[in-house]
Amino acid sequence: MSVVLENGRRQVDYWATVYKRTWKGSLVSSFLLPLLYLAAMGIGLGSFVDGNGSGALGGISYLQFIAPGLLASTALQIAVGESTYPVLGGIKWQKFYFSMIATPLRPADVMYGQLAFVAFRVLTTCVVFLLVIAVFGGLATPWGLLGLPVALLVGMAAAAPVCAVATRLDNDSGFAMIFRFGVIPAFLFSGAFFPVSQLPNWIEWLAYLSPLWHGVELSRDLSLNTVDPLTALGNLAYLAAWFGVGTWFAVRGLTRRLIS
Amino acid sequence: MATLATRVLPVPVRFGNGRHLVERNFLVYRRSWVVFVSGFFEPVFYLLSIGIGVAQLVGDFTLADGTVIGYAAFVAPAMLASSAMNGAVFDATYNIFFRMKYAKLYDAMLATPLRPWDVATGEVTWALLRGACYSAMFIVVMLGMGLVESWWALLALPGAVLIGFAFAGAGMALTTFMRSWQDFEFVQLTTMPMFLFSATFYPVETYPGAIRWLVEITPLYQGVALERALTTGTVSWTLLINALYLAAMGTAGMYVASRRLGKLLLK
Repeated sequence: MSVVLENGRRQVDYWATVYKRTWKGSLVSSFLLPLLYLAAMGIGLGSFVDGNGSGALGGISYLQFIAPGLLASTALQIAVGESTYPVLGGIKWQKFYFSMIATPLRPADVMYGQLAFVAFRVLTTCVVFLLVIAVFGGLATPWGLLGLPVALLVGMAAAAPVCAVATRLDNDSGFAMIFRFGVIPAFLFSGAFFPVSQLPNWIEWLAYLSPLWHGVELSRDLSLNTVDPLTALGNLAYLAAWFGVGTWFAVRGLTRRLIS
Repeated sequence: MATLATRVLPVPVRFGNGRHLVERNFLVYRRSWVVFVSGFFEPVFYLLSIGIGVAQLVGDFTLADGTVIGYAAFVAPAMLASSAMNGAVFDATYNIFFRMKYAKLYDAMLATPLRPWDVATGEVTWALLRGACYSAMFIVVMLGMGLVESWWALLALPGAVLIGFAFAGAGMALTTFMRSWQDFEFVQLTTMPMFLFSATFYPVETYPGAIRWLVEITPLYQGVALERALTTGTVSWTLLINALYLAAMGTAGMYVASRRLGKLLLK
């Protein structure tokens, strides 16, 4: 037991040092950009959507419609960003994972440490974002604050499988594919900006497969206080499955890569 | 005569040698063509998301001159302009910084008869060729979705290349001042707000006076205004001002870039 605690403490110490050196570089991408999106889409474009009176959003403002979606999408983007280059860097460029397993840490511990750091980044970003959303009036009800744990789960559901892929890559050109064919379509078509029922049928079904859609639905239902317990459990289970299976593959991939 | 001219004129007048650099980049990218091709999808995804999804929520738009157009037709030219900007900026900043600092590519090139101006023109030409491929495909998608309303749209491709020229020149000039990857945060800091607020998603008339003026002087707004006028057919003489603005920005950027490259690498 004390070994586990000691290993954990060392990891925290390591990641705290990393974050102390790099947090400034993440300010723009993690805090400013989501806010700008909120302003441009929620408030600017929102005035046209609300003025159009199409009623497609069930009587809430466009800002309140997209705020939970933007929160979940932000979590996804931060999580994927922290699970691509840093992971391959630990294996290939800076090779700090190798230094870690030269200590009592096992590859599994190294991967858990990496994922815990992703969780920390997602959480800090989303707390700030959620506060700003609340101040702008983007939460339909106070229940919207529960979007925070949902966003964290979305982040982890994306981070774990992306880490699993990253441990199996030889170079970084695979990351361009993950962003262009994974993150960006998910961001655009997971119901954050408009109901997915407006999409052509087959794209609609693709959207249901994406973990982000489940996160957006869940956090929007929470914010509007329209939660159906069974659906919510389904969303949660789906996200948890991505996280669980992804973590298993990530640990396996890293073990093979570091010890061979 | 040519040698004399190069000594007198501030900008050397030899354009030819940049082609070696274009050829080099072409050879390199032939090995990673998947990355090259995938670059086309990003703006198309944006167009589909906003054109199919958000458009249904927004309904029709009335332009300043009273023309009524669908929201997708309003947004599409702005996406075209933004993707020309993003592609050019990415090529001219990240790629060039990497080649300059890590691959030491230009040190190697300047050890040959190539001069800094050749490097600058070569890189910019490459960025423009690549951008023109993406823009052409984007315009074809716009045609397929019925978002092109006028024959003036034939000029949309040269327009996109001009936007690329402006941002590639400026981006390259700025890259020569960058110290580390951390400085690239500033690149995102300028392109992202432009993407979101340069009359891309809604008309510039939405903004109150001072902010509207601020939007109108950004280079991306010039590009959006140009492309939107061409694809919707609301053409007027003011487009020449937009085009001149972009041309001047690109030329100034390239001049600064080649001067700085010379200073940094030929000490």
